[in-house]
Amino acid sequence: MKDSVLRETFRYTRRNRSAMFGLFLICFFIFIAVAAPLIAPHNPLVQNLKNNLQPGFWADKKTNFLGTDNFGRDILSRIIYGARISLTVGFIAVIIGVLLGMTAGVVAGFLGGWVDNVIMRIVDIMFSLPSILLAIVMVAILGRGLDKAMIAIGITYAPQIARIVRSQTIVVGNNEFIEAARAIGTPSLRIMVVHVLPNVLSILIVYGTLSIGSAILDAAALGFLGLGAQPPTPEWGAMLADGIHSITGGYWWVETFPGIAILLTVLGFNLLGDGLRDATDPRLRKKV
Amino acid sequence: MKYYIAKRAINIFLTIFAVSIIIFLLIRLAPGDPAITMAGEHASPEVLARMRAEWGLTKPLIVQYFIWLKHALRGDFGQSILTHQSVLVELVQRFPNTLELSIFAMIFATIIGVFAGIVSAVKRYSFFDYTSMIIALFGVSMPIFWLAIMLIMIFSIKLDLLPTGGRLSVMYSIKPLTHLYLLDSLLELNFPAFLNALKHLILPSIALGTIPMAFIARITRSSMLDVMNQDYIRTARSKGLNEKAVIMKHALRNALIPILTASGTEFAMLMGGAILTETIFSWPGLGTYIVQAVSARDYPAVQGSVIFIALVIALINLIVDIFYSYIDPRIHYK
Amino acid sequence: MKKTLVFALLLALSVGFFAGCKPVAKQPVTLVFAKGDAVELDPADVTDGESITVMNNIFEGLVRYKAGSTEVEPCLATTWDTSSDGLVWTFHLRQGVKFQDGTPFNADAVVFSFERQRDPNHPFHQYGKWEYWGWCFSEIAKTEKIDDSTVKITLSQPFAPFLSTMAMFTMDIVSPTNCNQWKDQWMTHPVGTGPFGFVEWVKGDHVTLEKNPNYWGTQPKIDKLIFRVIDDPSSRYLALQKGEVQGMEFPNPDDLPKITQDSNLTLLSEPGLNVGYLAMNMGSDTPGFQKPFADVRVRQAISYAINKKDIVNQLYKGTATLAVNPIPPTLWGYNDAVQDYEYNPTKAKELLKAAGYPNGFKTNLWAMPVSRPYMFDPKAIATAIQADLKQVGIEAEIVTYDWSTYLQKTEAGEHAMCLLGWTADYADPDDFLYVLLDPDAAKVGSAGNVAFYRNSKVHDLNKEAQMTTDFNKRVELYKQVQQIVHDDAPWVPLAYAKQTLVFAKNVKGFVLYPTGDYHFDSVYFETSK
Repeated sequence: MKDSVLRETFRYTRRNRSAMFGLFLICFFIFIAVAAPLIAPHNPLVQNLKNNLQPGFWADKKTNFLGTDNFGRDILSRIIYGARISLTVGFIAVIIGVLLGMTAGVVAGFLGGWVDNVIMRIVDIMFSLPSILLAIVMVAILGRGLDKAMIAIGITYAPQIARIVRSQTIVVGNNEFIEAARAIGTPSLRIMVVHVLPNVLSILIVYGTLSIGSAILDAAALGFLGLGAQPPTPEWGAMLADGIHSITGGYWWVETFPGIAILLTVLGFNLLGDGLRDATDPRLRKKV
Repeated sequence: MKYYIAKRAINIFLTIFAVSIIIFLLIRLAPGDPAITMAGEHASPEVLARMRAEWGLTKPLIVQYFIWLKHALRGDFGQSILTHQSVLVELVQRFPNTLELSIFAMIFATIIGVFAGIVSAVKRYSFFDYTSMIIALFGVSMPIFWLAIMLIMIFSIKLDLLPTGGRLSVMYSIKPLTHLYLLDSLLELNFPAFLNALKHLILPSIALGTIPMAFIARITRSSMLDVMNQDYIRTARSKGLNEKAVIMKHALRNALIPILTASGTEFAMLMGGAILTETIFSWPGLGTYIVQAVSARDYPAVQGSVIFIALVIALINLIVDIFYSYIDPRIHYK
Repeated sequence: MKKTLVFALLLALSVGFFAGCKPVAKQPVTLVFAKGDAVELDPADVTDGESITVMNNIFEGLVRYKAGSTEVEPCLATTWDTSSDGLVWTFHLRQGVKFQDGTPFNADAVVFSFERQRDPNHPFHQYGKWEYWGWCFSEIAKTEKIDDSTVKITLSQPFAPFLSTMAMFTMDIVSPTNCNQWKDQWMTHPVGTGPFGFVEWVKGDHVTLEKNPNYWGTQPKIDKLIFRVIDDPSSRYLALQKGEVQGMEFPNPDDLPKITQDSNLTLLSEPGLNVGYLAMNMGSDTPGFQKPFADVRVRQAISYAINKKDIVNQLYKGTATLAVNPIPPTLWGYNDAVQDYEYNPTKAKELLKAAGYPNGFKTNLWAMPVSRPYMFDPKAIATAIQADLKQVGIEAEIVTYDWSTYLQKTEAGEHAMCLLGWTADYADPDDFLYVLLDPDAAKVGSAGNVAFYRNSKVHDLNKEAQMTTDFNKRVELYKQVQQIVHDDAPWVPLAYAKQTLVFAKNVKGFVLYPTGDYHFDSVYFETSK
């Protein structure tokens, strides 16, 4: 039955022009990320100090279309390779969050009692703090680096998912067919997972899409604070941190373009996520 | 009501208690000698020995926690490794700075957000509606530190209109009564200083206020649309009331609850944005403190700040909830 | 809603109304100088330039450097004698000088200032760390009072740079009355004999000093001196442009072209006594040691692999000159004959191959988290070096910690390669070659020699130079040390930074000292025509 709901969701989403634009942006950046070695005009890591802080196309310089950074590296190529990093971080962080959140949610909803209490108390606590603060504190303990930043961000996304999955688990758990399945001796946890998953899938897709956008933002923030990606990784947030000294000298391009790349990618996920949400909400669907 | 507040207060207390356990465990589980973790890498053996005795670091973890709790309840969150000052004293000193910025950012966000939301709802599908909703969408999609950098590049460096950071230029001095510079300068009738402090607030407030502004605008629009489809609005219109009165008196009042809820949550969550905004505008608040503490691995300061911020957020949420019950007669807390 | 609109309108009106107002300055002549914050204000207990700048104006020592030079001249001591073996120094003190708190300056104050650092049983010893004493003054056996105006200092061994070291901030004379009053809080309540007295220090915001009306020397020309804390160099420049401050240090190299073009500003720039370098850890007894660095060919390969010229030109942007030796050419004893390793990646690869690393190796490169006088943007320089090393196959991961931890860990040898630098405290090659490259300074845990470079020949030459008083002989010895260090290549010397200050056009009379000291007593405002 769930298949039809999903299919319907997608059909409604397809009619939503802004969601399609979001999907286009996402596909565009995924394409850039995958094809980076083919389309990047330069090696993103090779420096050429003699050629640093050069302007790009607006000054009729064709070799470095978006100019060069403080080390003479090609900004366009760094942005192209940066798409790989930001998208990877976004997807993996959300996958970590979904896996953690689902486990916690199913366990809490299924077992109930004090386990449920403890898990939900932890979820409440994590909700009581801004996610970026949680991520920063976790990085402070885990140490700097992109991998750790990814884990930290993933963990901060788990509570929301845990809540959704838990409530669904409880609803499913009260169903008669669970009793029936138990009666014929199927391991009940397995039944839970099998029956809960389809029920929460559409919510997870909506929430996951929106979360990828904010995970990319959080990763950029950690990179900017020097806690995420380390040099010379062309991560967009770290690029902004590297170039911050250059703004008073009038080298605006160093700070402008990586930010636009972040903006467009996150915009893509937000547009698509909003579209999916509208499509899954039947009340809103009528208005489209 | 009293019962409700008491219940919430206990709840807050429990949350903070749990936050403190988790952060305590996380920091204790960080690799390395906890005495060094607390006193810094270059503490002398005598200091380390004193640290171990004072905080019971050789005892079991649970005992250590209660020793820590005893200190914390007396307001002793330990000493910052970086500045050698009491963490609580520093947090309390910096809190008004963050508060002033947050309030200002929130005022900005609410005025613009509510206004844009109402107009968008009233003139649905108009050019204004599309433009403001697109701006709102960009607002939530952009890294606020990037927005801050762009604002500095345009308004401070290119146009030379506003300062790049800090709270007040050196040539002004304000006697810190409340530490809210706008208020203090007004109390002193020091208008040039007031203006200067105001100028310092504008860019950081825009940067910090953009995300809440975008949310408030979207929520205002959708809840206004909801309300305006209700029967009583139709009734009001059919009574011949003019459109403005219908919107302001009937629609807005009823749309206010979801708007307020959004504002309240956004205000509490401003702390996250403040971390980045303050760093860029060298604003001496809680955000810069925690960034400094994290990069210097100043664990007592990290621990103290997290608990402090959790407490502040919980209190803001409580105040917002109490506020609702006065606005919305339908809500009765028991 | 209506009310908020009215409020917004009022706010907008008031903005318009006050926009034209400028603060009326009918105050004493005040100079505001933008820099980083001090750490503490006890001259004997600090090592950082930010604190020293403040204290240079509050405190004085027995001798000082002549304005703008490294030549020693009398200050709180008027004359001095040396015994023939160079072990006993007698200082005759200036009469009638008073500390800013009214305490008379005399032999007791001198003995207090020095003995509190040396003697662990001194009642005041417990209040400080006295790091510099161990580094530079361990030869001082004792300081004694002969009479109220005479002090005798006994050395345990002859030490040629002794008089030079006496001009250092560590040897500034402090008011004993004040110290005893404040005890461990004293480092935030400094009292000396200098031209400016301390008024207040708001941490992270500013330090205010005021003209000392009872100063024994020439009165300062400004009444008030405020050190305003602005950590970011670009923000300092913007504050200067807006007239919020009248002077600043270490501009961002990226801003230099704009500063030189600005007719309202004066740029003061002069080679300083400093060096910024990359040290390679050769100490097999340190936790960060990696085998390749024990091989001189690897170290030379790295010296060939780094494109220093581009780093200096494009990242220091004219605020530094290319470094060849561990000591700067502005200091006597500099060896011109040393031929620098040129940028030659091919040669670097050959050397690596010969050393058995044809495909390079993995290592780490530590970068300071903060801007230092000898290295404006260490992270940028590390990134540039990282890219150069990658060209010859060496993969270096950049590591960083907060500043004090960074120092602690490099002193303990936890790095493979690290960036660091040095600004001389006294104008003598000893302050570079002994402090930074002698085996004596390579103790794990408190190393000044963070390359853990231990060459007994260097040690013998350094020691000989310390004991010799013949100047030409010392020049010769130090030249030999530089040649050996060059051949062994424990460092890649990167740059000698210029000290750079920017003032508003009407600020005159500031003199740059090669030691990087700032003295504001000679500064005045030129009245506009």
